[in-house]
Amino acid sequence: MRKCSLTALDALFAKMAESAALYLPVDGDDGRAHYAQWQEGLHLSDALNTVRSAKDFFFPQTENLMAFKVNGKTIEIIDTRTEADDFIVFGVRACDVRSFDILDTVFLAEPADSYYANRRAHGVIISLACTRPAETCFCSTFGIDASTPAGDVVCWKTDDALYMEAKTEKGSALMAALADLTEECDTDAVKAQQATTKERMAKLPLADLTADKFGGGKTMEFFSDPAWATLSEACLGCGTCTFVCPTCQCYDIKDFDTGHGVTRLRCWDSCMYSDFTKMAHGNPRLTQVERFRQRFMHKLVYYPENNGGVFGCVGCGRCLTRCPISMNIVKVMKNLGGDAK
Amino acid sequence: MQTVTRDMLVSRAKALLADGTVDRVLGWKAGEFTYDVTPGVFTDADAMEKEFVYGDFCGANFSKYLLTEARKTEKKVLVFLKPCDTYSFNQLLTEHRFDREKVYAIGIPCDGMLDIHKIRTLSAEGVTGIDTDGESVTVHTLYDGDKTVARADALAERCVNCKSKKHVAYDELLGEDGEIIDSARFDEVAAIEKMTPDERFAFWQDALSRCIRCNACRDVCPACTCEKCVFDNPNSGVENKSPANSFEEQMFHIIRAFHVAGRCTDCGECSRVCPQHIPLHLLNRKFIKDIDEFYGEYQAGEKVGSRAPLVDFMTGDLEPSEAVKRGETNA
Repeated sequence: MRKCSLTALDALFAKMAESAALYLPVDGDDGRAHYAQWQEGLHLSDALNTVRSAKDFFFPQTENLMAFKVNGKTIEIIDTRTEADDFIVFGVRACDVRSFDILDTVFLAEPADSYYANRRAHGVIISLACTRPAETCFCSTFGIDASTPAGDVVCWKTDDALYMEAKTEKGSALMAALADLTEECDTDAVKAQQATTKERMAKLPLADLTADKFGGGKTMEFFSDPAWATLSEACLGCGTCTFVCPTCQCYDIKDFDTGHGVTRLRCWDSCMYSDFTKMAHGNPRLTQVERFRQRFMHKLVYYPENNGGVFGCVGCGRCLTRCPISMNIVKVMKNLGGDAK
Repeated sequence: MQTVTRDMLVSRAKALLADGTVDRVLGWKAGEFTYDVTPGVFTDADAMEKEFVYGDFCGANFSKYLLTEARKTEKKVLVFLKPCDTYSFNQLLTEHRFDREKVYAIGIPCDGMLDIHKIRTLSAEGVTGIDTDGESVTVHTLYDGDKTVARADALAERCVNCKSKKHVAYDELLGEDGEIIDSARFDEVAAIEKMTPDERFAFWQDALSRCIRCNACRDVCPACTCEKCVFDNPNSGVENKSPANSFEEQMFHIIRAFHVAGRCTDCGECSRVCPQHIPLHLLNRKFIKDIDEFYGEYQAGEKVGSRAPLVDFMTGDLEPSEAVKRGETNA
């Protein structure tokens, strides 16, 4: 393990930014944390997490896939893919780091999504352990330890230093480049912080939340639960929960008429929307009850069913703070199956 | 703290359920914490007794829910309306969006609703509970003990700039009715008008570029009641689920502001729900301010059936060239 004094943090960021674009959470004018590209004068936010998740770096909201140029009776097909530039994402929390595993399972399964794979190959994740998890946090429900995130490099920030440990080849290469700015150290401070954070995790209001009753094979048990109707009755059908979610992965592919050709783009889609998975006959999910059910069944039943029992939620709590009507996966988990609190 | 209590609402609702006036009640259900209440429908007294809550975070405007709820009721649906909600209620009636006969509206006084995001900023992250008492708000936090903030500082923006404590529609009132307020709600619009065009462009570009096209602003808006929004219609040619570029984002919000111009009551739901904290209400207020200045004071939703200036041609109306003149003055 190596460490860097917090007073030298700017120098550390400057060094990282020499070789790759460095993104980190900074406080915006609106008082909330957003990822921004580091430049001299930007400071790491103290906020627990960013409004939007870190999935945007690998799975952006909109991206062009290919283009078609129409010339008389010929259509030229243009491959718009380019090799991504190297980049570093600093300060990713344990929940968001886990979300990359969930996205990888979908996007990197054969045939791999080359757009996503390109960014994954060029991105380095520097995670940051949590010290003050919020009341809306429930990552431990999904077996995530906020005090010890995964990532290429894992960091722990104490009052005076940033402790860093490489976990992958990419991470080791980065740490080697930072050798002049960091020094070898013992793990005492980190161990103390981990112990404190774990104690705090155990006392969180949602610490006892369990997903045990969900998982693969539970489709019939929950699909027709009458609770779906009441849980979804106030749902606006907006896409907030899906768009701030680090694991929501659905997208739509659209053709945009440029006047003399076509740009084929993909953009995030939301199962909450009326035209989601629209087929010739329309949307198979006629009302908001079915759309709402889809989102939570996907995370709690279908995803684990198809992916070895892994749940499609990481407990980051973004939907708890952002939903306009304060409906969220925690309320769903507690109210389904007839054992409401 | 609200002057009407949860018990007052529940006892009145139970009486109306019992005497057969209503068969559905729009209300609020408790969440995990104090602030995360969810709108819900109650059909029996037992459920109300168990689950109904009311307090400083019950800010959702229920008027729009009447579009669907009024169709589901056999008798009437009971709705509790804060003063600002009654303007939306009237505007929806003006646009024939629900059957008035299917609704029983109880006006409830409002002392302003609190904004959890403001409270987090003022006190601390990790809010486990909130108690309000008169002018102070006590926030229980995970790591910073109890913090006290002034109620005035924790009020939602739309409540700081409340335009009316007077109900403009109801079947009965609980408590005293208030007055229309000469609020400072146009001050920020005036400040933006004073910017140079470049500054103004930068202000809106910064705000609107945060948009993630979740459509929460549209979906919550009581003025947005099209059965099929043009932005959801694949045949419209402008359908877009996400911003293709920053120009798209500006177009979505500006088109929406134009669409609701003259009909927006300034209820503030758009800004309340925006996950990206975009001050969308300022776009709408700009239109309201302009309409007031060009055509005389007009408040959408004040009366059912009123003809809004933008759809009511008068020979003395401004000429379109006024826009050019103003553009030159501001340049």
